[in-house]
Amino acid sequence: MVVKVYGPDYANPKRVIVCLIEKEIEFETVFVDGFKGEHKKPEYLKLQPFGLLPVVQDDDYTLYESRAILRYYAEKYKNQGTDLLGKTIEERGLVEQWLEVEAHNYYPPIYNLVMNILVSPLLGHPSDQKVIEESEEKLGKVLDVYEERLSKTKYLAGDFFSLADLSHLPFTHYLMNQMKKEHMVRERKHVSAWWDDISNRPSWKKVLQLYKYPI
Amino acid sequence: MAAAAAAVKVYGPPMSTAVSRVLACLLEKDVQFQLIPVNMAKGEHKKPPFLKIQPFGQVPAFQDDHITLFESRAICRYVCEKHGEKGNRELYGTNPLARASIDQWLEAEAQSFNPPSSTLVFQLAFAPRMKIKQDEGAIRQSTEKLAKVLEVYDKRLGESRFLAGDDFSLADLSHLPNAHYLVHSPHAAPLFNSSPNVSRWWNEISSRNSWNKVLQLHRGASLSP
Repeated sequence: MVVKVYGPDYANPKRVIVCLIEKEIEFETVFVDGFKGEHKKPEYLKLQPFGLLPVVQDDDYTLYESRAILRYYAEKYKNQGTDLLGKTIEERGLVEQWLEVEAHNYYPPIYNLVMNILVSPLLGHPSDQKVIEESEEKLGKVLDVYEERLSKTKYLAGDFFSLADLSHLPFTHYLMNQMKKEHMVRERKHVSAWWDDISNRPSWKKVLQLYKYPI
Repeated sequence: MAAAAAAVKVYGPPMSTAVSRVLACLLEKDVQFQLIPVNMAKGEHKKPPFLKIQPFGQVPAFQDDHITLFESRAICRYVCEKHGEKGNRELYGTNPLARASIDQWLEAEAQSFNPPSSTLVFQLAFAPRMKIKQDEGAIRQSTEKLAKVLEVYDKRLGESRFLAGDDFSLADLSHLPNAHYLVHSPHAAPLFNSSPNVSRWWNEISSRNSWNKVLQLHRGASLSP
């Protein structure tokens, strides 16, 4: 049986899909109408009780939280496709460190920007200008740390592409495209080179080709 | 057994929730460590010597013979990998599916439980001590969010002894620091006490030896060898 990924239109599920493509794992997708609140209805809540996207089904096994799904498949298929975890326990430690940095330092401000700049207008909700300003400032400071790091290593965890870099693709795409804040990346020489490298990977290009962003 | 100067170092004040998370994990795994204070009141965490090991200026940071690491949940995972045979072997799962379930609930903690509970911990436990005015709006919003998350937890914990399955794991451990402060706050305690399964789970995880040793460190005691 083939891995099923729910909600491919949306950014968090794209994090899972790009990983599956890197690992050469067969999968299919199930459309979820987020704008109609399908992910908050009882049918979906049976699979993902927090009402969030994505969830994956693999035979009779269900797993949610995109970064947990990344870890599971990267480990399970360690000897297939791109190695996304590093070769030693120490390299793995650095991958985990930068994946956590993405989850806790990068994702919250960029998520706030996407919600306030792109999503709120669509839903007819007011945007919070204060949140936008604070989030952009926070994100800038995080990118400054990235700039320093990426002046020393080609990728975040070291000189190898890993889950940590991959995890940045879906929301940074919004920053560079729909939100028109590409200057935040382009103003930082090493972050800029890193973004060009990771966003031009065939796996990411495939994701963009197959699953259009809803906004 | 005399403790040699431990190769494992944890930097940060023990009362920090993220530092406590790492300490609880090291104690569960029976890994000896040295706790090195960082004076946050004096801004030590934002100054160059510390920024060299943690460029975001956050606590904790971690060092052993092989590596310097930051991000508490990454440190916990590394410690469990590195010291798989020591202490609690089930802490991060002994097979891939067990580990996947633990990672799922660790992520749920990080993404759904942590944001509202951290806001409440700061507002209710730390702001008063730091003489910072409490933000009533933030307290209200976070209480609402956390209540919804704990509804999901209560249902899960009615079906499963611990979050990821039958064994205490990193996923449960990760909740200890924030939940500890909230359970001891008059405003937030009802969120835990009024949920029967969450209540049962909290009593069980908070009575673990490892957590009680962390609380000893909070009180400024040193651990007996």
